[in-house]
Amino acid sequence: MITLYDYELSGNCYKLRLFMSMLDIEYEVIAVDFYPGKEHKSEWFLEINPLGQLPVLEDNGFVLRDAQAILIYLASKYDAGGKWYPTDQPQTLGDISQWLAFADSITSTSSAARLHDGLFYDFDIEACRAGAHRLFRIFDEHLWFAEKQNRNWICPGDHPTIADIACFPYVILSEEGGISRQDYPAIRRWTDRVKRIPGFVVMSGVFPAGPAFKAAG
Amino acid sequence: MAVCSDKTVLNQWYAIGATEEIEPERMTETVLLEEELSYTVDALGSPKVWRTGHDAGELVPSQCVYGYVWTCLGEASGEVFAIPEFSEPDRRNMNAATIGVNVSAPRAIENFLDMGHFPYVHTDILGVEPHTEVKEYDVEISIENDEILATRCRFFQPMASQASGGGADVEYIYRVPHPFCSVLYKSSPVDDKRMDVIAVFLQPVDQEHIRAHMMLSVLDEDNDDKSIRLFQQTIFGQDKPILENQFPKRLPLDPRAETPIRADKSAITYRRWLSRKGITYGVIPAAA
Repeated sequence: MITLYDYELSGNCYKLRLFMSMLDIEYEVIAVDFYPGKEHKSEWFLEINPLGQLPVLEDNGFVLRDAQAILIYLASKYDAGGKWYPTDQPQTLGDISQWLAFADSITSTSSAARLHDGLFYDFDIEACRAGAHRLFRIFDEHLWFAEKQNRNWICPGDHPTIADIACFPYVILSEEGGISRQDYPAIRRWTDRVKRIPGFVVMSGVFPAGPAFKAAG
Repeated sequence: MAVCSDKTVLNQWYAIGATEEIEPERMTETVLLEEELSYTVDALGSPKVWRTGHDAGELVPSQCVYGYVWTCLGEASGEVFAIPEFSEPDRRNMNAATIGVNVSAPRAIENFLDMGHFPYVHTDILGVEPHTEVKEYDVEISIENDEILATRCRFFQPMASQASGGGADVEYIYRVPHPFCSVLYKSSPVDDKRMDVIAVFLQPVDQEHIRAHMMLSVLDEDNDDKSIRLFQQTIFGQDKPILENQFPKRLPLDPRAETPIRADKSAITYRRWLSRKGITYGVIPAAA
């Protein structure tokens, strides 16, 4: 059985809830009181992850931290079709890794801005927002060119990859950090496509695609 | 000179931080009505709040009530409104969370009073389609206490609280005893004669930003504090984007500015009550 150390309002935890729902994997949750309890810095949790960060996933005794690393693990082990992380395609794997790192940069800007505004973290808010906009401009352009080649997803191919999952949460939650997506139409179209992937689930702050999309899909 | 010129708002008490989250003697900084403040709570639980912006160092009135440090930047008169249930010995009292929201305080209060959004925003928890009807309820302004009271509110809820065993018709009573605070009573899933209390104490940082303090006083012997807290955070996290996308951010008090429906009876009363008090902070006052 898989156990997820989870906090509902964490976008990084959401990556895993979202992906496990899409893969139809059953798991149990151990809720961690990230705020206001700071339980991720408590002694018992630091024994599981000395970095004091969420999420952590345990699968039959195998313990893994870092949302992106866990996405790789879950896709490699549980996606029978090998579509989300195609281990036989070196270029795609390189591409995915590049965008997983990009997702981390989104976390350190867009997610940081959200933590500043919502949970009063002491970050340089203007720098966080400027950093997120810089990434979003690059991301929007990438997705726009992908669309011109009839591609729906971040990496080449007909199927979404874990790069889409890794980038989605802190893009869709960006407004909670005061980062509007109004100027990024290709990003907005992409978030709607992600919302229509079978098995999509929401978290607090994320809404499902409207019924019109369901009908079209 | 105070930045906020609204005397009614300035003279209110405001919660600014949960006492259990403050280490004794440790100074915490915050902002209330655009004024910078610092506060501490000593080992015996006595609070101290002082200005750190203009008139730096000047002490302002403070008290600890309902698990929070409260302060007043104007002329403090009277006590913080009563929540008698808080002192019942078998209740679990806690701060579910203090969350920053980019919205005016009155917009947030109005959303708190609204039941119509439950099935759409809190799907499968506080509401579910097709149970979308807001049934007739009563709203009055209590002359004696100068507060709004909405009673006989009923709504079908799939999972009304962490202690719920399944869907049920839940009864709500709303109180608005303070321009920027509201106290909600809802049927307790474990005791049919009593009600759980969920209060929001809003701390206006400025006219379009708040810190929302969520106080719980619930009857629940089975769930730990953590899961009770996280349940409320999930709900609040769902409201947050709705609140932050309100336009305009300040609440318009002109009755013609936004078209209400019958279900908005408590919101209409709230807007009128704010108008009658002459509130200007966080609102767009009606043209005279």
